[in-house]
Amino acid sequence: MIVTDTLLFFAAHDPELLPFWRNATIGIAGAGGLGSNIAISLCRAGIGKLIIADFDTVSLTNLNRQQFYLDQVDLLKVDALRANLLRISPYTEIRTIPRRVSADNLAQIFGSVDILIEAFDAAEQKQMLIESWQVLYPHKPIIAASGIAGVGDNDSLKTIRLGNLYLCGDGSSELLPGISPVAPRVAIVANMQANLCLELLLPRPGEKD
Amino acid sequence: MIKVNENNVEWEVGMTVRSLLIKMKYSFPMLVVKINGDLVKKADYDTTPIPDEASVMVIHLISGG
Repeated sequence: MIVTDTLLFFAAHDPELLPFWRNATIGIAGAGGLGSNIAISLCRAGIGKLIIADFDTVSLTNLNRQQFYLDQVDLLKVDALRANLLRISPYTEIRTIPRRVSADNLAQIFGSVDILIEAFDAAEQKQMLIESWQVLYPHKPIIAASGIAGVGDNDSLKTIRLGNLYLCGDGSSELLPGISPVAPRVAIVANMQANLCLELLLPRPGEKD
Repeated sequence: MIKVNENNVEWEVGMTVRSLLIKMKYSFPMLVVKINGDLVKKADYDTTPIPDEASVMVIHLISGG
């Protein structure tokens, strides 16, 4: 364990913004291409606590876009991600849940979070999470992603807001069977989600919940 | 008249979420549907009426993550 100086670690953070992030608990549903990138950005930003759920293990074919390493193949994704996050910062508490998220365990796993970030792969899972979350917690934001496949076309990536539901991505790029998303666009959309999350944690003068 | 994703669409007597999706040819299997800001669950598409003057948002969800 490398000992760091807390004051020095946070010396480059904005002192006015940091307290809102240090006090936040964020849920990340899925630790693949989106979730691994989201977790790293939120950890670097100084989020106080992350709850990360994923049942899957790291495979060689994940390395084209997910923030894992060759020596982590076959490890549980949540365990590998925890190890990687701890190499960045000891100041984000990390709770890992090596289980498949369902409508039935959603409240148990993520009930304590301020914001939930959807980072699943399959559209069916995305739909389940969004629907279940909005029924359980209509006043808590959920930040989802839809449309991340392909390369280029930067300007098509956007965020759509429907009340407390936010959707990042191009909204249209379909995945072809057997073809994975490509690293840059996955990381861009993941970081759009992380960026929006940090923004939503800050006070918004004049806007009601 | 109703709004669907900001576009004007003629309202019909007895209109439900399902009949609107068919009318609009929204055939994607995974959708988020909101009527006047309220989420409609997938299981309720057949039975949820759309009132005249409603603002409806339909977003389709795509795999990848």
